[in-house]
Amino acid sequence: MGRLWWGAWLYITAVVVAAVAVTALGPYTGVEWAPVVALGLLQIVSESTATVLRSRSVAWSATSIASLAAVVLTGPVGAALVSCCTLLGIRRGPSPPQRLFNTAMYALSAYLAGHAFLLSGGHVGTPEPSSFPGIIGPFVVADVAHVVINFALLGGVLWLTREPGAGSRVDLHLKLGITDLGYGAFGLLTAALWKVLGPFAPVLLLIPLLAARWAVAQFAAQQRAQAATVSALCQAVETKDVYTRGHSERVSRGSVMIAREIGMRTERVEAIRYAGMLHDVGKLGVPTSVLQKSGSLTDEEYAAIQLHPMCGLDIVRDIGFLDEALAGIMHHHERIDGRGYPMGLAGDEIPEFARVLAVADAFDAMTSTRSYRGARPVPEAVAELRKWAGRQFDPAFVDAFIAAIERDGWKTPEPPAAGDDAADVVASAVGEAGVTGPSESAGAIDSAIDFPAIESM
Amino acid sequence: MARSVREARGFPLQALNSGRSLLFLCAGVLLAACAAQTAAAGVPDVASALVFGALIAFGELLRLNMPGDREASPIATAGSLGYALLVRIGDQPAVETVEQVVTVTALGMIVGALPHLAVGRPARLEGMAARLLAVACVAGVFRPLTVGTVITRHWWAELPVMISLVVLAWLIETVTAALIRADALRGRFGVTLVDEIRVQLPLGAAVGASALLIVFAAEVMGLAAVAVFTAPLLVTQVALRRYAGIRATYLQTVRALARVTEIGGYVEPGHSDRVSRLAVAVGRELGMSEAALLELEYAALMHDIGQLSLRDPIPGGATVLVVREEQRRIAEYGAEVIQQARVLDPVADIVRRQSDPCRPAARGQEPPLSSRIIRAANAFDDLVGSSAEASRASAAVERLRLDTASEYDPRVVEALSRVVARRPLVNH
Repeated sequence: MGRLWWGAWLYITAVVVAAVAVTALGPYTGVEWAPVVALGLLQIVSESTATVLRSRSVAWSATSIASLAAVVLTGPVGAALVSCCTLLGIRRGPSPPQRLFNTAMYALSAYLAGHAFLLSGGHVGTPEPSSFPGIIGPFVVADVAHVVINFALLGGVLWLTREPGAGSRVDLHLKLGITDLGYGAFGLLTAALWKVLGPFAPVLLLIPLLAARWAVAQFAAQQRAQAATVSALCQAVETKDVYTRGHSERVSRGSVMIAREIGMRTERVEAIRYAGMLHDVGKLGVPTSVLQKSGSLTDEEYAAIQLHPMCGLDIVRDIGFLDEALAGIMHHHERIDGRGYPMGLAGDEIPEFARVLAVADAFDAMTSTRSYRGARPVPEAVAELRKWAGRQFDPAFVDAFIAAIERDGWKTPEPPAAGDDAADVVASAVGEAGVTGPSESAGAIDSAIDFPAIESM
Repeated sequence: MARSVREARGFPLQALNSGRSLLFLCAGVLLAACAAQTAAAGVPDVASALVFGALIAFGELLRLNMPGDREASPIATAGSLGYALLVRIGDQPAVETVEQVVTVTALGMIVGALPHLAVGRPARLEGMAARLLAVACVAGVFRPLTVGTVITRHWWAELPVMISLVVLAWLIETVTAALIRADALRGRFGVTLVDEIRVQLPLGAAVGASALLIVFAAEVMGLAAVAVFTAPLLVTQVALRRYAGIRATYLQTVRALARVTEIGGYVEPGHSDRVSRLAVAVGRELGMSEAALLELEYAALMHDIGQLSLRDPIPGGATVLVVREEQRRIAEYGAEVIQQARVLDPVADIVRRQSDPCRPAARGQEPPLSSRIIRAANAFDDLVGSSAEASRASAAVERLRLDTASEYDPRVVEALSRVVARRPLVNH
């Protein structure tokens, strides 16, 4: 993101100054040091093992365990001190100002959560068996306060440093907030075991969580591998026809733009990314001579082309997770007025994914070169979409797509060089992959945020 | 040899083989003895028996699929180990006997497994039997120690003992699982054991730590805390389940997309699938590890992707019939496609080298074992196709044997002939 405007800097400075003030002013009387040191180490380990999820946009760390255990065992000032250990976490990613802000944000949240614990009747110190269940109420108040304050501070900085075009991420924040509440609850478990296990308590608690962390990292790696593999195989399919090279990738990108614009849930956006990538995979069943024919098609040839959505479905049917994307792939050539193929569905009968894909597919087809005509400029293609909205396309998705293009722009493909043939495609197709990988398109649209701290400014 | 012939006729011999029956015998005798003893002596602490029995049953109900067709019940294992290692419940010393621990664990597992049986899932008796033996060992060592010894007076004295016992239990389970797996998949024990350890280590650590958490939580907060302290393990389980899920869908995706060559008419229907199954069977016969087998499977599924660069399909898709130069070009293009995915570079390398011959002269630069396996499996399938005739298969093997001097690795061809000989087992 590079430079920030002065308002953002003012905000960040204010948060850091407030955190330094509450930590420095104390009071330090009655703060137990053994838990502070042990939990500070736990905080460093948690911060150092933060897992970055989904193409750099979200990181997930379990630091709230240490902060909330410190609230119970050492009180507000001790908790703020423990949170300050975040600064020592070894993690690549955040830049020094980000790191400073993250630390200050954690310290303030923990300090205020500590006061919420005291105000609602909690007692600072090692819990005894007799403390239960009385301690649970104040602890829940502290946990909720911790998450709310954390999110308020994070929301502020994200709002001040937001990039144009970054959609709202309320659903994501809500989900992460609930996760964080759950992790906070482990803070009480740590505090409860302090009496018998001392500093060994957080170690035992952390082992299952680290195993979970490992599994989550593996999950994310597999997810990325899967996306990359699907994309590579789709590009391989496209090399058969030089004119459609990169088409799947662009349709995928366009469909994701529409999906985000109309506020689809994150999982569905991921599904439509795959649907866009795979929508034309069935073209492989159509003879090359038909696909590249520059004259008009005979009825037989047209019938062969009309088969491709079913052919594609046949290939991807066994892929369990595609689910809704399958319907999109099968019906992406249906038209709102019912004159499309393969089923001739009309209006709302056409699955939502298929209506989204149809808009992105047609737009990319118009703005790229074909064997029988040159590429059209973007404004002309936009006008064409508007003209056919309601007949060929769903007007709502046409509007959403145009709004997204006007804000974020659209990168049209380079026209293929003369004499370029399938045999020479190998080298150039490989070169192209570097530019239009799925993560790249995702990275441009996502404002990179880090939970519960900011990652990029 | 007699063994494979009998299996070919479809006798369920695996269920009868000696290792398994010994395991079941041990577990059965142990359980019968313990149950009889417990019934005779009575249960001194009914509340804890009920709580732990319920926890074990709940854990067994929430079985977890692990990569490589494994199943685990982390919460049940942690619960039963915690029960075996219990020292105090609140202020009261724990009075469980070894027999009681074994009986409660077995009953909990059986109750938890019943719903799985009811919906037609396999019972996984081996895993349950191995776990019962492991818990019995832990209880057998630790229960006597809880009565009037120094060890249980301080956490720093009892913790090392508990950790060693948890590790022991994990080893017993893992070694047993590796023995069973090596037998079922015809793998080598050493290789299978290393695979098993690698897969089970993160979960094993989480289970062991949770067992100890349960022990100490029971000491501070009594039995109510037992369920609460399985929460971290529940987080582990959810994460592992998602991981196993995406591993499965990834493989499914590659399997499905590898079929684009069939839809495009480049290869015969079912070719990629048959080659990958044959290649994995040969690889296992040659003692490859699970990770290497997975790469081999991906490479075998995608070995013909390079044909997409051809303007017109080769007749019948049989790459064995085209000239060496063409084969190499197809392999090279296929490798470049796979390399674009950026995460499958070893797979790309296997695909790239599949067309290289295996002349003994070229020692040191010979292609990777996986490439040699795919080369032989592909040639075999091109010659035999989907036909199941035994005579055709043996003729194809003979032809590969004739070419071992220049084209195919003799070791691979021999392994392939062994796999093909017990084909009905391979071709499910």
